[in-house]
Amino acid sequence: MKALCWLGKNRLAVEDVPDPKIINPRDAVLKITRTAICGSDLHLLDGFIPQMERGDILGHEFMGEVMEVGPEVKNLKPGDRVVVPFTISCGNCFFCNKQLWSLCDNSNPDARTCETMYGYTGAGLFGYSHIYGGYAGGQAQYARVPFADVGPLKVPESLKDEQVLFLSDILPTAYMAAENCNIERGDTVAVFGCGPVGLLAIVSAYALGAERVIAIDRIPERLRMAQSRAKADVLNYEQVDLMEAIKEMTGGRGPDSCIDAVGLEAHGTTLDAWYDLARTTLMMETDRSHALRRAIQVCRKGGTVSIPGVYGGLLDKFPMGLAFAKGLTLRMGQTHMQRYMKPLLERIEKGEIDPTFIITHRLPLDAAPEAYKTFRDKQDDCVKVVLDPWAS
Amino acid sequence: MTTFSSAPPRQAHPTARAAVEADQGRPIHRQNVGELERWISGAAGAALVLHGLRQRSLASLALAAVGGGLIQRGATGHCQLYHRLGVSTADARRPALKHGDVHRGILIKRSVTVSRPIEEVFAFWRHLENLPRFMLHLQSVSSTGPDRSHWVVRGPMGSTIEWDAEIINEKPNELIAWRSVEGSEVDHAGTVRFSRAPGDRGTEVHVELNYEPPGGQFGRAIAWLFGEEPRIQMEDDLSRFKQVMETGEIASVDGQPRGH
Ligand SMILES: NC(=O)c1ccc[n+]([C@@H]2O[C@H](COP(=O)([O-])OP(=O)(O)OC[C@H]3O[C@@H](n4cnc5c(N)ncnc54)[C@H](O)[C@@H]3O)[C@@H](O)[C@H]2O)c1
Ligand SMILES: [Zn+2]
Ligand SMILES: [Zn+2]
Repeated sequence: MKALCWLGKNRLAVEDVPDPKIINPRDAVLKITRTAICGSDLHLLDGFIPQMERGDILGHEFMGEVMEVGPEVKNLKPGDRVVVPFTISCGNCFFCNKQLWSLCDNSNPDARTCETMYGYTGAGLFGYSHIYGGYAGGQAQYARVPFADVGPLKVPESLKDEQVLFLSDILPTAYMAAENCNIERGDTVAVFGCGPVGLLAIVSAYALGAERVIAIDRIPERLRMAQSRAKADVLNYEQVDLMEAIKEMTGGRGPDSCIDAVGLEAHGTTLDAWYDLARTTLMMETDRSHALRRAIQVCRKGGTVSIPGVYGGLLDKFPMGLAFAKGLTLRMGQTHMQRYMKPLLERIEKGEIDPTFIITHRLPLDAAPEAYKTFRDKQDDCVKVVLDPWAS
Repeated sequence: MTTFSSAPPRQAHPTARAAVEADQGRPIHRQNVGELERWISGAAGAALVLHGLRQRSLASLALAAVGGGLIQRGATGHCQLYHRLGVSTADARRPALKHGDVHRGILIKRSVTVSRPIEEVFAFWRHLENLPRFMLHLQSVSSTGPDRSHWVVRGPMGSTIEWDAEIINEKPNELIAWRSVEGSEVDHAGTVRFSRAPGDRGTEVHVELNYEPPGGQFGRAIAWLFGEEPRIQMEDDLSRFKQVMETGEIASVDGQPRGH
């Protein structure tokens, strides 16, 4: 089959590799019909996530048709159309039982690597380094799905692939980010980053009852989309003093909660951002947390900072004193996918949420290496790339 | 919690002794790194972790792991390596290397919590034939009597190592203790203790293994060089045990496709 492989930092290629097969009794093999590139994949391209190996197959946002199931998978059969969560969860452990699906104890075959770094291991992830198990990803024509009796969600024929594809990651991620804000009547939510996650976080915050959402980025096309399609008030952080502008917009109160939908590769023009850039370049710091610092700074007293943006290692100049003085709540982590997939599918079916507005590029899998760069560099007004593994 | 330390000098029944000591919960981590060295270890450790995390090779992960070890040593004032050698720089009056240290066996302890009822967890382990399902270096275990069993282990370069073991203590749903019989190639003893975890958290399994590495002095030197190996093996074994009990299978990526 064809698959997108990681060959090294900034080096990707579509290669011919063997087809996947059933390895464990609870596996399924899928023929992938649509797959997407995620902002998280950019951290791999840029070499910010350690423990990638040459030849690793990327991709964790995919859906398709079940081809084959292992003997222990009773709820799926060949021909079923499913969307697959990017986290792999066993459904049996303490964490799965508590609905903390992304913290599953049993799905990382390489648990020790993760334990060495973080003390404990999280769930295995598709195509996301050997810290998370080294599972082959879904930017390919076929994929093996472990614990297929727990993850994949069947989708009705009435919905098109593109309408449900983002149930695999970014829609539940954005929704959990908004839910973590504990939105109350009259709340203003500030969303940092208007990439796919940020845009859907705006939509989710409104769906959960936010009075107003302020969206922050610097890319004109993304700010336009946040404003026209997601109905946010927007701020270009390169053009305003963020603290001043946000205080002004909120009558001096500040937003009730902030969402960091940027993560560890934040861009910035202030002194601390240059400091991060220098330190990460010199390998003295692993993550650039400019957006997170800003979120902590502008959030109102007693508010919540919700962090769907990914961080991998150590942060420097983390404004702990600020967070403490204001009594902030910080919430974060990989998304607990299975909590949200079904309810969100229902919302899509009812027409309450339509996440397709973020798609700007529809390309064949062969174009993936170029598409990663277009997406990363925000060229060609790129916001979200959807790939067809079978088109040529 | 994982600890890895030299056991006291060998006795005729190391298992019984290990079980007694574990019950007393004796502290194992004493400070053996001097204050200045502690600070230097902490700083160097942080640098190594950062450096290791930025790289992507396995070697650099090992570097990060070493860094982690140094940080731990800086933070706790305890160095596993020094401990194993019996060296202490914290108290300059004590001799660096005590006579007799090299005559110690090795004690490994490790525990895991399994989200299943204690009866089930105990029964699975007690059926010794099950052990090779999650102890991958074991080729087979077969019962040869009510308390006796024959163990075959995959050794280096296709060889096998075999021995007989006997269960010397057993309390249903609580404890299994065993040791190799007199004159075995691998002289070892172990206990597994089972206890109910609080709330609905299932069963705690605490394993202690006390062994003499094969090959006497030379074998001990090798074991010292690759000192983490048995501990890592036990960690992996227990995590596989948990997986088998909870999910019925062992997470794996062996045989999946990859690029060139
Ligand atoms: N928690 C999870 O489970 C999960 C799941 C999916 C994605 N993510 C993470 O969410 C983050 C966003 O993903 P995405 O697909 O939207 O990525 P993306 O790279 O397309 O979007 C990031 C956006 O942030 C903007 N940005 C950069 N620096 C900024 C700053 N200082 N202030 C405001 N905006 C800034 C960029 O211009 C860009 O538009 C990534 O870190 C990704 O890894 C997390
Ligand atoms: Zn993603
Ligand atoms: Zn689980």
